[in-house]
This record gives sequence, structure tokens and C-alpha cells, in this order.
Amino acid sequence: MSAVSTPKRSINFTWRVVDIVIAAVLAVACGVAFWAWDTGSVVPTTLLSAVLPGLQGILGGVWLLAAVLVPLVVRKPGAAILAEIVAATVETLLGTAWGPDQLLYGLIQGLGAEIVFAAFLYSSWRLGTAMLAGAGAGVGLTVLDLVLYYRGQTLAFDLIYGVSSLVSGALIAGLVSWLLVRAVAKTGALSRFASGRTSRQLI
Amino acid sequence: MSAAILRINPVAKIAAGLLIGLVLVLTLDWVSGVVALVLEAAVLPFAGVSWRAFWLRTAPVWIAAPLVSITVALYGRASGHVYFSWLLANVTDGSLALALATGIRILAIALPAIVLFITVDPTDLADGLAQVLRLPSRFVLGSLAALRLVGMFLDDWRSLELARRARGVGDRNPIRRLFGQLFALLVLSIRRGSKLATAMEARGFGAPITRTWARPSSFGWPEIVLLLIGAGIAAVAIGASVLAGTWSFFGAR
Amino acid sequence: MHDLDLVIEPGERVLLLGASGAGKSTLISALAGVLGGEEEGEQAGELLLDGVPASRSRGRAGLVLQDPDAQVILARVGDDVAFGCENLGVPRDEIWDRVRVALDGVGLALPLDHPTASLSGGQKQRLALAGALAMRPGLLLLDEPTANLDPTGVAEVRDAVARVVEASGSTLVVIEHRVEVWRDLVTRVVILGSDGGILADGPPGVVLSRDGRALAAAGVWVPEYPPELPRRSRASGPVLLSVEDLAVGRRVTVASGLNLELAAGGLLAITGPNGGGKSTLALTLGGLLAPRGGAVRAAAELSAGASNSPIRWKSRELLTRIGSVFQDPEHQFLGATVRDELSIGPQSLGLGADETRARVDELLVRLRLDALAPANPFTLSGGEKRRLSVGTALATRPRVLLLDEPTFGQDARTWQELVFLIAELLDEGTAAAVSTHDATFVSALATDEFTLSSAGVLR
Repeated sequence: MSAVSTPKRSINFTWRVVDIVIAAVLAVACGVAFWAWDTGSVVPTTLLSAVLPGLQGILGGVWLLAAVLVPLVVRKPGAAILAEIVAATVETLLGTAWGPDQLLYGLIQGLGAEIVFAAFLYSSWRLGTAMLAGAGAGVGLTVLDLVLYYRGQTLAFDLIYGVSSLVSGALIAGLVSWLLVRAVAKTGALSRFASGRTSRQLI
Repeated sequence: MSAAILRINPVAKIAAGLLIGLVLVLTLDWVSGVVALVLEAAVLPFAGVSWRAFWLRTAPVWIAAPLVSITVALYGRASGHVYFSWLLANVTDGSLALALATGIRILAIALPAIVLFITVDPTDLADGLAQVLRLPSRFVLGSLAALRLVGMFLDDWRSLELARRARGVGDRNPIRRLFGQLFALLVLSIRRGSKLATAMEARGFGAPITRTWARPSSFGWPEIVLLLIGAGIAAVAIGASVLAGTWSFFGAR
Repeated sequence: MHDLDLVIEPGERVLLLGASGAGKSTLISALAGVLGGEEEGEQAGELLLDGVPASRSRGRAGLVLQDPDAQVILARVGDDVAFGCENLGVPRDEIWDRVRVALDGVGLALPLDHPTASLSGGQKQRLALAGALAMRPGLLLLDEPTANLDPTGVAEVRDAVARVVEASGSTLVVIEHRVEVWRDLVTRVVILGSDGGILADGPPGVVLSRDGRALAAAGVWVPEYPPELPRRSRASGPVLLSVEDLAVGRRVTVASGLNLELAAGGLLAITGPNGGGKSTLALTLGGLLAPRGGAVRAAAELSAGASNSPIRWKSRELLTRIGSVFQDPEHQFLGATVRDELSIGPQSLGLGADETRARVDELLVRLRLDALAPANPFTLSGGEKRRLSVGTALATRPRVLLLDEPTFGQDARTWQELVFLIAELLDEGTAAAVSTHDATFVSALATDEFTLSSAGVLR
């Protein structure tokens, strides 16, 4: 828990080529995962909604991964939105049951996480921030799902769905992304990024 | 006809798919879905896609639509006659109607999109996004280059699988192995991506020079016609549902 | 690297040599203006191209890197070559003229819409060269452009570079640890010291005869000072693994009608062009891929109670019987540290903590990795990764060892270490099969050679 002096605190708005390419590589990889989960999640969704209607929101965090993972790696403003949109584009091009509406989901989910990172002035990349950003993306997911797919359900359903989506976003998108970035940084693959050089000092 | 479809700017294909998708998702009723599906069925045979490719690529939709419908039938908003009730599940007139509408809406939104996107070439799409929609070229081209790298994932994945067998951990818990391989793939792709970024910079990518485009990307009549077809399908579907009195905007009953 | 003063005149062709870690790639990246900005490191002094800072004169220098797969940018050949011109703002009509001239210059006579994914390594490198040439750079920078290529690919790329440089008269700077590839083409050799300065600088003949021995010791391949070779009796023992009428392939058969034997103490070299099925054969021999026809049979001495067909063995049963070392070490890494990596095999076998530690400690010393025991395997240098991946197989002491291109892209020092290590293993009675392009390696160690051609099998 010791305080570590950070080399630079100022926000760097300029995206280097390597920022763009790595953000895109990660986002495209997430897009493929999203696509697989689009079909893979159908049966678990059915089962979970049988246990407690609304609980299926707990599966949503997978689709929010890009919104936290990519900003944690490149640490640039706009990364969450960019990553979710690129991922959604790949997902849509591969063809899913949810069609091009994924692009709208990508935008809103990315925005949810982006707002959190912006609120911390793009200078906090800690676990807590990551989980909050995941939950922020979860808010976007919940709003869209409740309006477009689960319209007119009971208030209890809406609440259960919202809470499980937020928890899922915080855990799957937030915690998992944070752990992933930490593990990848140890392999030296992120040496061209601030996240790869300082992550060992983060708590 | 199919040759003409292949030449249509991918931006128009995505826009047409998005148009149908964003309009139909506003309502949840069977009339709009059925009308859209019928109109789409009339147009899709001309989309330049073989039947084999059609069934192969739309398979996820045919799997998801019935399963989602069943969920809605069991747990959707209950109303009217109750046919079956067990724990939290309630199959009612209302939930069955919702289930039908949901399943049809999934088909009506997803099928045209998938069929239109099968013929989208990523390079042409990137050209369109940057030249027609004027999205920032660095981000568009960076994503395009990244997409090509991911095409190599499959070979990497096979090598990773064999390597795990060779290392004596091939028969371990499959979940753990899956995550191990995914992580290795992630590291490999980041390393390759970093090298790719250097190669792109060496070719002047990201230099503060106004870029030119070797391949023109145009947006003319064929594109406008495709958009009109998409808008037409959406408009007729919505009109039919309003006339039939089944339209339900954002949960209004 | 620091305190480096170097002036390269227009039209000079410079071969840049030095030990691993001397900063050759850093220098060439700096020349290309792709070193990264202040976010990534510190820079002092100045680096000028035609009097302009290199980082601001992108496009004046064309760069070709080592890894063929990582520098293909677009999906179609023509688009890929055009990419650099687009970035420099060249008008559209001129771009396509340049693309055709560049592809012609490197001898890639392919349609412009040919998919880049289907190119061979040598073709990909020539494509990268064409992409650089189309930008009409005054300076051509090559960072080990042939290190990842088979001999055919090496010749293709070298000839293309020679032709291009003769035709354009452009300045050339090339890094390479195999001197003989570029020796006849370059007019000047610069040797970087491991402390960051310049050790030697002059015409190739002079520098190589004066400093050749030191270079060879630092791992550079100098034809006059070849690596030492082990003395071997080449007597082999009982047959451990044999194949009868074997056909191999993943989804399609790439080679068939194969008959061969691996004997204890013997090394079978599997040679032949890329795409002929060398790697696939190695994977099939290793019990990793199922044969598409015929059979791989383990002798009773090798199977030791398990089935006589390696593909039926459990993953764990392979460990003490057949060790496979892949071409790309990174595909095989599982551990968070070098020590973990070496311990995984012994632990899977259920060897105790003491036995595991003893084996790992011995291997760490033998592979000169002891100082790196706590390091993450992915952070190692190319040569260290190679040694570690061989070590992971050795840790479980398999009777048969299969190596896929073990000497590929290695410097002379790592090469010699590997050759001596493998010779020791053979002397201890291990049977080995090695798929390789490396003729020196074959003549040093092979007791038998098996050549797979794309048209069938030659013996």
C-alpha cells in the first residue's frame, strides 16, 4: 500500500500508432469472444432466468470486457468507446442473432465505462476504478436491455437484472481485465505502454 | 445482380441493416416482424449469397431465436389464460404472444444483416468508413490491420493445443487449459501487434501528412437504392403494425 | 546505447554487426524514425536524415523487419504495397505505377488482388521490401530480413535487395548475424560494441579479417570462423520408434508412403522445402497428430507398458517417452517464471519436490539460464527462449526427442551450445529426429537424413 510516485500525471490525449493497433487487436479479439458468447450464453441465460428471473444479467459482463481491458492497457481517452465499437463491429460482421443493434450496445456500454475513466481524469487505473468502469458499462447494458428486450417486466425483475449486470460488469469486465493486464504486463508484452511499466507498482 | 451487390459500398450494407435493426427493435409485436420477414424473404435471394453460406452463417440465429422464445414464453409478462405454471414459470396468452413476437423480431433483424454482411470485404469497409463517413483514418486502418492479425489466431490456437499435449498438461481440467491457451493467445497477439505497429509506422502511417487513398470508395445510386429498400421494409413493417393495432412503442401496451 | 557517432554517406551499403543486445535494432529503428516518443524512453544527441531529424522525416527511410508475419499490413498484395504511398500523400494514379514498379523490382509477379495470407515467408519479406521501395526512400534499412527464412527464402530476399540497390543506388543499412549473406553486397562493415559504442568500422575485407574471430565469439556467423563441432562416434543402438507407410497431414495429406526408424543414439534429420510436411511429420512422430495412413509404432522399450501407438498415449505418458520442441518456443510456455517452466514436466510426472528441484537446478546450469530462473519466459531473448524450450522437454528425460527447426534464426553462440547439448543427449542414448533447413547442423549431428519434397519422398 505504499505510495509510489507516478512519473507523469498529465493526461496524454495523443494516440500513438502502437496505442491504436494494440487497442484494435484487443478489441477485435474481444469481438470474436463476444460473438462466441452470443450463442454460448443462450442456454445459461435460459437456465439462470429459471432460477430467478433477472439473474441472467450476471452473464452480461463478458460483453463489457473490451470497455475496461483496452483502456487499462492503452490509457487513452476514448479507449473504452473505441474498443466496444470495434468489438461490436467484428461481432456484427461475424453474424449474430442480435444483428446490427450490437453497434448501439457497443456505443452505450463503451460510454458507460468511458464516463468512469473520465471522472478519474484518466489518471487512475487501479482495481477499484476498473471495477467501477465495468459497472458503468453494466449500466449501459442494463438500460438498453430493459428498454429493448425486457420491456414491461416487473420492478423486481428490473432491479434484479440491473444489480446482476452491474455486479457482472464489475467482476467479469473490471476484475478480470485488471488481472489480465497485470499478468500480461509480467510477460513484458506491454513494455511500450505505461501500463506495462508501472503495473507492478499498482495495488 | 449478385455482382452488383458485391460492388455496393459496405457502408451502405451496414447502414441498411442498421436501419431495419434500429426501427424494428422499437416495437415488440408479431405483425411488424412478420411483415418485415416476408419482405426480406422476397429480397434476400438476390443478395449474392449461396444457400450453403446462408444456412452456415445464420445458424446462430436459428439456434438463439427459439431458445429465447422459450424463455420469454416461460417467464415473460403474464396475462390472459394460464396454460401452465410451475415455480416462477407461467405460460400464458400474454407470454406466448411475447415469445412469438420476440422470436420473429430476432429473425427479422438478424437475417438481413447477416446476409448483407457476408459479402462485406473488410478492406472495402475500412475504405468506406474513412472516405465516405470520414471516420478518422488512423483508427479505421489500425483496426483493419488488427483484423488481419486475428486471422492468424486459428493457426496459433492449434499450435497451442498441441504444445500443451506435448508438455504433459493436455489432459488437465479443460476449463483451466482453455483459459491458459486464451492467455497465451492474448500475449502472442499483443507482441505481434506491437511489431505490426512498428512496421506500419515505418511505412509512414501516422505521419502528419494528409493521406491519399489508392482505392476510391464511392457512394452513388446503387447504395441509395439499397438504403431505400431497407427504409422501405422498416416503414412498411411499422405501418402494418400500427394499422393492425399491435404497435407497442417502448413498452407501451 | 549512448555516445554513438556515425556518418553514413549517400550510396553506402553498410552491414551492421554486433553481439546480441548491442543495440543494433535500436539504432536502425531510430534511423527509420519509429523508435517511439518521449512516452517510451530517453534520447540525447541528434539523429539526422539529410539534415532533418529522423523522427520527422518518415518515408525518407524504408524499413524491413525480421518477422514476415508481423509486417504484412493489408489483405491484398497491391493494397499492401500501396499503403506506404497513401500515408505519404502520393496521388492515386502515381501510387499504382509505383506499386507495379516495386513489385517488379522485388520479382513478385503476382496479381494485385492476390491474398497476402497465402504468401511464403520469402515472398512476404519481398512484399515488405516492395512496400518500402514504393515509398521511394533514399535509405533502405533491413533488420535481420532473412533470419526467419529457409535457404530458398534467404536467396530470394538477398537477390531482390541486390537488384534493387544496384538499380536505385540507394543507401543501404542491414543488420544480420549471418555475414556471408550480405558480404558481397556491402561496401562497409560497422561493428557495435556491447557498451554502445563503435568497435570497428571499415571495408568488409579489412574488418572481417581483423575482427572476425572476436565477432564469431560474440555470436556472429563469420564464414572463416565456423562454430566448433562436437566429435561423435555416430554408433546407434536399438530402434525406439518406427513408421510404416505413414501418411501425414492435418486436414489434407501432405506426405505419404513414409518409412523410417529412430534408433537410440541416432539423429534423423528431416529436410526439404517449406510446405513439404516436415513440421507435420515431426508432430505425427511425436504422438501429437494422428497419422492419416500407416502407423507410428513405439518399440516395447519405448512404450514401457503403454500402447505401441503414441497418439493413444495420455498427455502425461508422452513426457518420459517423446519430448517435442516446437519451432516457436512461445507456443509452449506455460509458467510464470523460467523455474516454473522447467518444473511443470517433473511435477506432472509426480516427482517429489526434491527431485524436481534437483533436475531443474541442473538444467538451469546446463542451459546457462540460472541467472534467469525468476524471469518470465516471455521476456527472454530469442536464444534464451530456444534453450528454455529445449530444457522443458529435457526435464522429464524422454527417450525420444523431436525438434522442429531448433537452430532457426539463432546466433552462432547459441547454435554451438545447442549442437553440443544435443550431442550429449545422443551420447546418453536419446533418439532424436530434427526437422531442419540447416545444412551445417545436419552435417554436424545427423546419422541419417530423410528428405521430404513437395512432390513426394526422396531418400
